[in-house]
Amino acid sequence: MVDTGTDRVKRGMAEMQKGGVIMDVVNAEQAKIAEEAGAVAVMALERVPADIRAAGGVARMADPTILEQVMEAVSIPVMAKARIGHIVEARVLEALGADYIDESEVLTPADEVYHIDKSEYTVPFVCGARNLGEALRRIGEGASMIRTKGEPGTGNIVEAVRHMREVQSQIHKVANMSKDELMTEAKNLGAPYELLLDIKENGKLPVVNFAAGGIATPSDAALMMQLGSDGVFVGSGIFKSDHPEKYARAIVEATTHYDDYALIGRLSKDLGSAMEGTEISTLEPSERMQDRGW
Amino acid sequence: MIKIGVLALQGAVREHIHALQGPDTETVIIKRTEQLDEVDGLVLPGGESTTMRRLIDKYGFFEPLKAFIDSGKPVFGTCAGLILMAREIDGEAQGHLGLMDMRVERNAFGRQRESFETKLYVRGVGDDVEAVFIRAPLILEVEEHVEVLSKHGEEIVAARQGSFLACSFHPELTEDNRLHRYFAQMVKEQQEQEASTIEA
Repeated sequence: MVDTGTDRVKRGMAEMQKGGVIMDVVNAEQAKIAEEAGAVAVMALERVPADIRAAGGVARMADPTILEQVMEAVSIPVMAKARIGHIVEARVLEALGADYIDESEVLTPADEVYHIDKSEYTVPFVCGARNLGEALRRIGEGASMIRTKGEPGTGNIVEAVRHMREVQSQIHKVANMSKDELMTEAKNLGAPYELLLDIKENGKLPVVNFAAGGIATPSDAALMMQLGSDGVFVGSGIFKSDHPEKYARAIVEATTHYDDYALIGRLSKDLGSAMEGTEISTLEPSERMQDRGW
Repeated sequence: MIKIGVLALQGAVREHIHALQGPDTETVIIKRTEQLDEVDGLVLPGGESTTMRRLIDKYGFFEPLKAFIDSGKPVFGTCAGLILMAREIDGEAQGHLGLMDMRVERNAFGRQRESFETKLYVRGVGDDVEAVFIRAPLILEVEEHVEVLSKHGEEIVAARQGSFLACSFHPELTEDNRLHRYFAQMVKEQQEQEASTIEA
């Protein structure tokens, strides 16, 4: 008997990415640079978040040609983004052979009430979360991997730090609760009780948790690893920098050796300018991607 | 007491540590080359083989790993680890560590949607061994001194050559740790053999 799309197969795929960097790319050439630099996967997009932000309007699933060209160019896994709640975009990406789907707040949501029932898919999903309740709701719907939302396309790490700190501290809290406190906590968090029980038993989320949304430098990547991330997504940071190849390699190394400060110092030398950053307080409420989804 | 290390450059390290733990086995997370000196056996975990090879080179692990292998200490590779161990990789100019005389194919089953789990007979290990295949490689052919331990249909998915063990699936993602116990036994036997050689 052979079973595809089981929890172990879907979550296991994300386990293999641990300690690695997943990079946003918009064409085959960038995908090759990412693979060459040691990325564990790439995210195929039409535009990186910083450009989506600049362009405004409605951001949708990328043209399938981009996904196909990137899949053709590299042997590492290829991920792609679907709009929150857009069942058909997700099914199309699955049919095209994407290895992982990001139901992502970077794109304009298709549904402001419901997220996709991800348990029904053979392909695994990653979803963004700002806190434990949100993470567990997504896992409850079938997400096989979680990432912080951060604030995509800003090059500002502060929101990703806030979200990772929040999730970690809530995990510690739940792990130390007595069993009779868990149902009330489930109510307060808006999270499935069974998943809280799982955290109490294992002291961690049942899926891997990556950092995303605002990582711009090797030090940013290492900071997120120190805060307990299993790995890092870098969106606009790499291909918006002056020297993408060098930058990509530096971020990969800083993620592996996140506690070797002399090394990170060396890696950070002569990298040229990082992407230009945005102060979060200058964003209008409508420009905050992290508030999309619930 | 034996000590088994898990190479921790990237990938599923914690799961192997968990699966290896036993009353007679100590585990070490290997991040620096000098740590190889303290262990009796080594696990090359699953992950992205391209990434792992790059990091092996970057951190000067290649020669120390070769020396470890030459010393005859047992090595166990799963998935990406199996790719690192093969002498020949289909479609690529050369292998990586090249310690097992076999030819392998990367991503042989297709993309992630083709990934699957099943139960397999593994020679010397047992029936119904739980096996999770994730974008898994296959062993296309082995030389005669390589022992085939398991097949999925007609395809070779686990093999042993002396003190080297490799499988294309992930036993570490399951609670079935029989393959890890089998490897621990290999390490123990190697240690006993060494001890008897020294006495002689």
